[in-house]
Amino acid sequence: MTHWAWLVPALPAFAAVVGLFLSRYVPGGPAVPAIVGTALSLLVAVVLLADAESNPGAVHQTTVPWTPLDGFHLSIGTRIDGLAAVTSVMVAIVALLVQIYSTAYMAGDPRYSTYAAEVSLFTAAMLLVVVASDLFELLIGWEVMGLCSYLLIGHYWQTEGARSAAVKAFVTTRIGDTGFLFGIFVLGVAAGSFDVGQVVGRASAMSHAAVTAGALLLLAGVVGKSAQFPLHVWLPDAMAGPTPISALIHAATMVAAGIYVVARLYPVYLAAPDARTVLGVIACLTMLGAALAALAEDDLKRVLAWSTVSQLAYMGAGLAVGAWTASIYHLLAHAGFKALLFLAAGSVLRSVGTNLMSEMGGLRQRLPVTFVTAVIGAAALAGLPPFAGAFSKDAILTAAREHGGALGTAVYAVGLVTAFVTAAYATRFIVRTFFGSYRGALDVRAQVHESPLVMTAPLVVLAAACILLGAPVVPNSYGVASWLDAPTGTVPLHLDAAGVVLSAVIVIAGSAAVVALYRRRPDEDPVTVLGHAATPLVHAFWVDDVYERLVVRPAYATARAMRLTDDSAIDAAVVASGQGTSAVGALLRRLQNGNVQAYVSGLVVVVIAIVMTVSLAVAR
Amino acid sequence: MTRHGVTVADVVFGLLGVVCLASALLVVTARNVIHAALWLVACFGALAGCYLVLTAEFVAWVQVLIYIGAIVVLMLFGAMLTRAPIGRLQELDSHNRPVAAVAGLAAGGTLCALVVSAFKDGYVDVHHAAVGDGKAVGTAIFRFFVLPFELASVLLLAALVGAIVLSRRTAH
Amino acid sequence: MHLSLALVVSALLFGIGVYGVLARRNAVAVLMAVELMLNAGNLDLVAFDAWWRDTMHAGQVFALFVVVIAAAEVGVGLAIVLAVFRLQDTAAIDEVTSLADRDPRVLADAAAEVDG
Repeated sequence: MTHWAWLVPALPAFAAVVGLFLSRYVPGGPAVPAIVGTALSLLVAVVLLADAESNPGAVHQTTVPWTPLDGFHLSIGTRIDGLAAVTSVMVAIVALLVQIYSTAYMAGDPRYSTYAAEVSLFTAAMLLVVVASDLFELLIGWEVMGLCSYLLIGHYWQTEGARSAAVKAFVTTRIGDTGFLFGIFVLGVAAGSFDVGQVVGRASAMSHAAVTAGALLLLAGVVGKSAQFPLHVWLPDAMAGPTPISALIHAATMVAAGIYVVARLYPVYLAAPDARTVLGVIACLTMLGAALAALAEDDLKRVLAWSTVSQLAYMGAGLAVGAWTASIYHLLAHAGFKALLFLAAGSVLRSVGTNLMSEMGGLRQRLPVTFVTAVIGAAALAGLPPFAGAFSKDAILTAAREHGGALGTAVYAVGLVTAFVTAAYATRFIVRTFFGSYRGALDVRAQVHESPLVMTAPLVVLAAACILLGAPVVPNSYGVASWLDAPTGTVPLHLDAAGVVLSAVIVIAGSAAVVALYRRRPDEDPVTVLGHAATPLVHAFWVDDVYERLVVRPAYATARAMRLTDDSAIDAAVVASGQGTSAVGALLRRLQNGNVQAYVSGLVVVVIAIVMTVSLAVAR
Repeated sequence: MTRHGVTVADVVFGLLGVVCLASALLVVTARNVIHAALWLVACFGALAGCYLVLTAEFVAWVQVLIYIGAIVVLMLFGAMLTRAPIGRLQELDSHNRPVAAVAGLAAGGTLCALVVSAFKDGYVDVHHAAVGDGKAVGTAIFRFFVLPFELASVLLLAALVGAIVLSRRTAH
Repeated sequence: MHLSLALVVSALLFGIGVYGVLARRNAVAVLMAVELMLNAGNLDLVAFDAWWRDTMHAGQVFALFVVVIAAAEVGVGLAIVLAVFRLQDTAAIDEVTSLADRDPRVLADAAAEVDG
C-alpha cells in the first residue's frame, strides 16, 4: 500500500487544479472537487496509518530518481514512517473538516471557488511536506504552503488589512526560509545526499560544525514558519484572513510544519546540542511572551493566534529537551483543540459580526453547540485533565525536569508559569464571549443564532477528538506513542503523577482567578486588574514597533531614495541626453538659415582651402 | 627655353586686362544695379578686346553680340522688372562682406599663385597662331563638335521653355 | 605674349566674381557676378587654345558653348528671380529664407497662427 502513498499529496493537488480551472463544469459547484479530493486523501492516509500501526517501527520509502541538473541527483518519492502516517491523517482530517465548514462560512463569497482550490492546494503542499523523502521535495511543499498562505490570508484583498497582512506573513516567513534553504544545502552536502533517510542516517557521522550549522539554519525556517520569536509577528496579523483558514493553516498545519520538520530530522538535532539549546531558549521566551500577549488581546482571533504561538513554543521546548514523542503528541492535540477553537470562533463571528470580545458577551444561550464545544476546546488548551492538551504538556514538562539539564529546568519553570497564564486567557476567552451580558449593538443581538449543521458538525467531531486524544492515555499505555516510532536517544513518553497533579492545580488556579474576577465585575475585562502592567502586554512587548523602526522605515526610505535616484539621476541622464541632442541640433540649425549666400560662402571657402592645401602639399 | 621680352601684344593685353578688372570691381561694388550692369558692359567689351589679341576673332564677336547684346540687356530688364530703385541700392549685404572679401582674395590669390608657378614660361606666339576666324571655328564645330552643338541647342530650348513656365503668372 | 598674363587676369577676374556672388544682396547683381566668373573661365579656355595652337580650336569651341550655357542660365535665372519677386515683393536674396531649418516648436506655433 505504501506504493500508493504518493496519492496522499497528489489527490488534493489534482482537486486544486480541477477546482481552479474546471469548477464550472463540475456539478455541485467548487466545493465538490475540494471535499472529494481531501476525503480520498484522508482514506489513503488512514490505510497508511493502519499499515504503520501493524508494523511499528517500519519505514517505507518509495522513490524515483530525478536529475534536474547535470551532476545533481535526487530521488523523489515518499517516506512513510509512523510519524508521517499519523501527521498525514491529522492534516487530512482537519483539512476535510475545514472544507466542509467553509461551504457554509464562505457561502455567498464571490471568490469561493478560488478559495476552495487554494485550500486544496495548500493541503496538497502540507501533505507533500509530511510524506517527502527528499529535502528538496520537502522544500517545494514548504514554499507552496507559503504561497497558499499568502493567497488565503489576502483572500479579502479589497481590505487594506488583509493585503498588508498577507505581505507581512510572506516576507517574514521568507526571511526564515532563506535560512531553511541554506540549512538544506549544508545538511545535504555534509550527508552526500539530500534524501531524508540518508541525512538522518549519517547525522551522527557529520562534523560537529556542519551538523550544528545545518540544524541552526533549518531552525531559522522553523522560527519563521512556526511563528516563534523573533519572527512571530506575522501570525496575529494573519487573522485578517477568513476564519476557516486560520483554523487550518495557523493552528493545525502550516505552523506545525516547522515542528514536524525538526521531528522528522531529529537525529540531526540529537547530534547538535547547541542547536537544541538555541531552540529551547527561543521556545521559553516565546512561550511566556505570547501567553501574556494573549491575555491582553481584545480581538477574539488574535487571542487564539497568540495562543498558537505559545503552544508551538511548548512543542519546540519539548524537542529541545529531547521529549520527541511528547512534542508530537502535543502537536496532534494542539491541532485538534486549536482548530476547534478557531472554528468555534468563526461560528461566533459569523453571527455577531465583530471580532472584539468587548462587544460580545452572554452568547451561550443563543449558540449552545458552539458554546459547549468551545468550552471543551478551551479546557484542552488550558491543559485540564483528562482533555487532550493536558497530558502532552505534562509529558513535556516531566521530560524537561528529569532529563533536560539546566535548559530543562528553565523550560519546566517557564512552562509552569505559562500554564497558569494559558489557563487564565483560555478562561477569559470563554467568559468574555459566552458569559456576562451582551455588550454589543442591540440589533445584532436579535440576529444571533446557532450556525448550520455543516458548521457545527465539524465542531462536534473536533470536540470528540479533544476528548479521545486525552482519554487513551489514562487507561492504557499511551496509544498515540505506539504509532509513532521515536528515534533512539529521545525521552520516551511518560508521566509523573506528582507532576500531573501540580500542573492541574496550577491550571485550576489560573482559571479560578479569572472566574473570580468575572464574578466580582461581570462585564469588565479581567486583564484590567493588572493596571499599568498590562500596557506591555497590550502592545505585545512592542516587537512590531521595533521592527517598524528598524526594518520597515529604513526599507521605505531606501525605496524612496532609489526612486529619487532613478528620477533625478538616471532618468535625468536619459532626458538630458535627449535635451543635449536637441541643443546640438539647435546649434547646427543656425547653419541652415535659408540664406543661399551663406551656403555658397561656406562651400567656396572650404573648396579654396582644400585647393590651397593640396597645391601646397604637391608643391613640396 | 628662351626668355621673351615684353611685346606690343603684352602691353595691349595688359591694358585691356586692367580695364576689365577695374570695371569688374565696379560691377561688384556699384551701389546702383543699373550702374553695375553698365560697368558689366565695359568689362565684357574689354574681354572682347583680349580675345582679339589672342587671335580668337569669332569668340570676340560672339562675346560682344551675345554677352553685351543679349545677356546684359536681359539683366537690365530683370533689374527693372524687380523694381530695383534707380537711385541708391539697398545696402550691400554687409553681413557677408568680410567673408566674401576673404573668399574672393583667397580664390584669386590661390589661382594666381598656381597658375604663375605652373605656366610662368608659357608663351603665346600671336604672329604664328592658328587664327580663330569664323571659317576655322565653324569647321571645327561641325566637324568635331556636332553632338555638343546639338545638345547645346536642346539646352537652349529647354531653358527657353523653362523660363516661360517659371515666369508665367500662376493661374488659380 | 606671355601666357601667364592672360591667366593672371582670368584668376583675378574669377576672384572678383567670387566676391560679388557672396557679397551682393540684389539677385540680379549676383547673376552679374556669376557672369564675371564664367567669363574668367572663357578667357582661360581661349588663352590655352592660343598657346596650344590647336587647329581643332577645342578651347574656342568650348568657350562658345560656355557662352550658350551662360545665356540659358541667365534666362532661367532671371525667370526665377521674377517668380520670387512676385511672391515676396523683394529681390534681395537674403530675404528668401523659407527653406531654413527652423525650430519645430516655432513652426508649430506659426502653423497654429495661420490656421487659427
